[in-house]
Amino acid sequence: MSLITTLARLEAVRTGRAQPAATVRHRHLSDRPLVFVPLITAGEAGAPLGALVGTDRDAPHLLVVPQPRDRDLRFAFLAELAGIVLPHVEAYADSVEAAERTETDPETGKRVKVEVDLCADAAQLIVPSRAGVDFVRLLGRSMRFRRTAEQDPEAPHPAPPRVPLLGRWLTHYGERARVPGSSLLLAMTDLLGRHWATGQSTLEDQHLGALLAWIAPDDEELTGAEAARRVELARDADGQLLCPPAGPATDPAFDNKLLAPAIERYDRARTALAAAEDGLEADDRLGALTAAEREIRALVESRTRPTWDAVWRGMDLLRELPAGAHVEDRWTRDRWSFTSHRDRVLAGEPPQPRRDDAVTAANKLATREREQARLEAQEALDDPLVMAGRRLAGEAFAGEVTDIVMAYSESKRPSPRPLVTVRTDDRPHLGERAKVYRSLGGKPQAAEFVEQQEEGVLVLRVVDKMGRGKEPEAGSVPKKGDRVCFTLFEHEQRGGAKLPDPERTPWTHGGPPGEKAAVPEAPDAQTEEDVL
Amino acid sequence: MFGQSQFAFTRGNAFEARVKADGGAELLRLVHEKLDRGAEPPAVGHVPDLSATGPEGRAARTALALREATAGTARAPGLPGTWTLLDHPMLALDVAGSPAYLEPDAVVVHPDGSWTVVEIKSFPVLDGSADPAKVGAAARQAAVYVLALERVAARLAPAPRVRDRFLLVCPKDFSNLPTASTVDVRKQRAVTDRQLARLTRIEDIADTLPDGVCFSPELPAEELTSAVEAVPATYAPECLSTCELAFHCRARSREAGAVTSLGRPVRAELGGLSTVEEVLAAARGEAGDPDDPAVAALRRAAELRAEALAAAGAAAQEAAVCL
Ligand code: SF4
Repeated sequence: MSLITTLARLEAVRTGRAQPAATVRHRHLSDRPLVFVPLITAGEAGAPLGALVGTDRDAPHLLVVPQPRDRDLRFAFLAELAGIVLPHVEAYADSVEAAERTETDPETGKRVKVEVDLCADAAQLIVPSRAGVDFVRLLGRSMRFRRTAEQDPEAPHPAPPRVPLLGRWLTHYGERARVPGSSLLLAMTDLLGRHWATGQSTLEDQHLGALLAWIAPDDEELTGAEAARRVELARDADGQLLCPPAGPATDPAFDNKLLAPAIERYDRARTALAAAEDGLEADDRLGALTAAEREIRALVESRTRPTWDAVWRGMDLLRELPAGAHVEDRWTRDRWSFTSHRDRVLAGEPPQPRRDDAVTAANKLATREREQARLEAQEALDDPLVMAGRRLAGEAFAGEVTDIVMAYSESKRPSPRPLVTVRTDDRPHLGERAKVYRSLGGKPQAAEFVEQQEEGVLVLRVVDKMGRGKEPEAGSVPKKGDRVCFTLFEHEQRGGAKLPDPERTPWTHGGPPGEKAAVPEAPDAQTEEDVL
Repeated sequence: MFGQSQFAFTRGNAFEARVKADGGAELLRLVHEKLDRGAEPPAVGHVPDLSATGPEGRAARTALALREATAGTARAPGLPGTWTLLDHPMLALDVAGSPAYLEPDAVVVHPDGSWTVVEIKSFPVLDGSADPAKVGAAARQAAVYVLALERVAARLAPAPRVRDRFLLVCPKDFSNLPTASTVDVRKQRAVTDRQLARLTRIEDIADTLPDGVCFSPELPAEELTSAVEAVPATYAPECLSTCELAFHCRARSREAGAVTSLGRPVRAELGGLSTVEEVLAAARGEAGDPDDPAVAALRRAAELRAEALAAAGAAAQEAAVCL
């Protein structure tokens, strides 16, 4: 955490309200995000208990597993989830625009431009908290190796038709969420925590309700700390939390006092129905079973609806911030990622393996590092508050131009190399001939550090973006009196490390995928007490 | 946060029972496979009865069972049947002058007389890896058991070896089939040992308290609160996930304006300044020594933050005018 954010947190303590940690919105928000609020029964791997899901904040779909230990009921839940999520994803997958991509021609080995489809937009998935992101990943993992009856008529417990496909998509979203700055799958707590500094620790910020209490409390009279405490601790006469946790794990008091008895009643009603001796009795008992199921549905809704509303409330707050200038650029990368997964599915490729091969793993790591650098640079360029942090860290400096001296390169065709003197209060860590960059019409212009004349007076030599002529193009060199901001970090990240194609993996790293990869992975072993 | 869901409890118990079923046959097989392949495979495990009244009685019974099992292996080393499984033994460890009673899931005595701690957890190992935070917590827990076992071993002659790798048994993927891995706890053991040595003895803490302070939960809430407040506490947000007093300590920490309530790293960043007001006053330039680098950095940070917010505010206004 930078000292600037720490100050914001302390300021939040003093004022009792969250303080801005950003002045623009740094993540893409879709016009039609798909919100997913899952619940699990406590038990570590988590069997799903239910969820609210949908794109309409006033009419979420309620999905419930009345007996989480029952595999058939879990499958019904997953099938229902697939019936909502997949049509949403596929609507985006079907709408494409033409785009260009550079590829290596397999025959000549040259880099050539090819025309490809790019999805015009991508489906965005929003969950309440980081634990929700992990759960999406877990769901994806549990579903993608399942076999449907069509794929394998011998499968002991065949999965409903579209469930494995949902698993592949959720796996893709879960993996993409590890890429810094990506917005395909977002946790609301992360989104709010990125844009506001509360007067509590980042640990406590993981509680969506408490976080919102600092940013926009329901009761204006309370300080953030008081409102957050109410959210964390206040219980009704029944011992139930007034503000249920954002899940997916539920409060133990809810499990023990309300849920467990309701599930027991449901089990009993089911056994009774199975033992019914004639139609009349069966009718009666079916009524009892329906009532028991309705009760569990009501319980699940009562624990997910407040979180559902909180997620949308958070979205309202975020939409009040103007989008950062580079957010669109990063979203386009998300669209590429979405499109490439769509293409893999269309091409009939097998599900993502349990473990990545060496090249894929190295590629992912390289991508994450590159995207981290890109995100840090872009956020600073988009947001003076972020740039302030970089300036404080000596990684950028801002100031006024106090002098310009024209100079030229010593070549046959001399080019302009003007010397710019900048007075700044910042203390950048400049090495000899260090490169620095400023943004000129959205493109980086480079300069070289020449000397420090006195404390806070720096001389730079501008080296590019001044046109081809002997005189620099109008507006390409700062004027005396201009405010300028230079960074020590590069603004654009070029393609990462050169890694071989998977087919050319060196033997030291496991060798080419070969025949092993051609055989799709086996489904998981199944036992009677499976959880997912 | 505290209290356990009965679903988690039931599942945890069911898994542990499954792992220990049939006289611990599966569990001993896992210990043999993962830790002691050179030894004779366990044919039948010996599972001594450890029941006794009270923690002290159970701890004594455990120590006796450990001694007998170890002596048994010394008489007939390497013979099949000389594997012993202690199911929920009780160990005593001296913590700040008072005995703390600990109950590992199991301890196994190998044919060579060495001892292994076994922990059975219900979090899954998915595709060969488990949640590192949970594995870390299990390792810290096991390290304490290793220490306690070493105390028991030290009283035997010759002292048997307590293995510094423990066996962690978890469900595999989404099933309830057990999978086991060994975890080296030498580091955690050393850390805990040092912490225990450093712990102020409870009597010394008691000496600093006003006379007549009592912590009985039967006391009226008010008296109990003031009793708890008499004990110095160093709250940090991590307490929230480990200590039942956390909300209480947090309130006190906030009341005192301690910056640590925002997290230990925050405190580390602020040099000698430890309260919110001190830091803010220094940042505003109203207090603090400007030559102190921490104070100077704070002032600069406050200036930069104000400048950035003003710039953003101006930009927003401009945008509003343009509309
Ligand atoms: S919360 Fe618990 S561990 Fe933390 S300071 Fe208070 S008593 Fe100590």
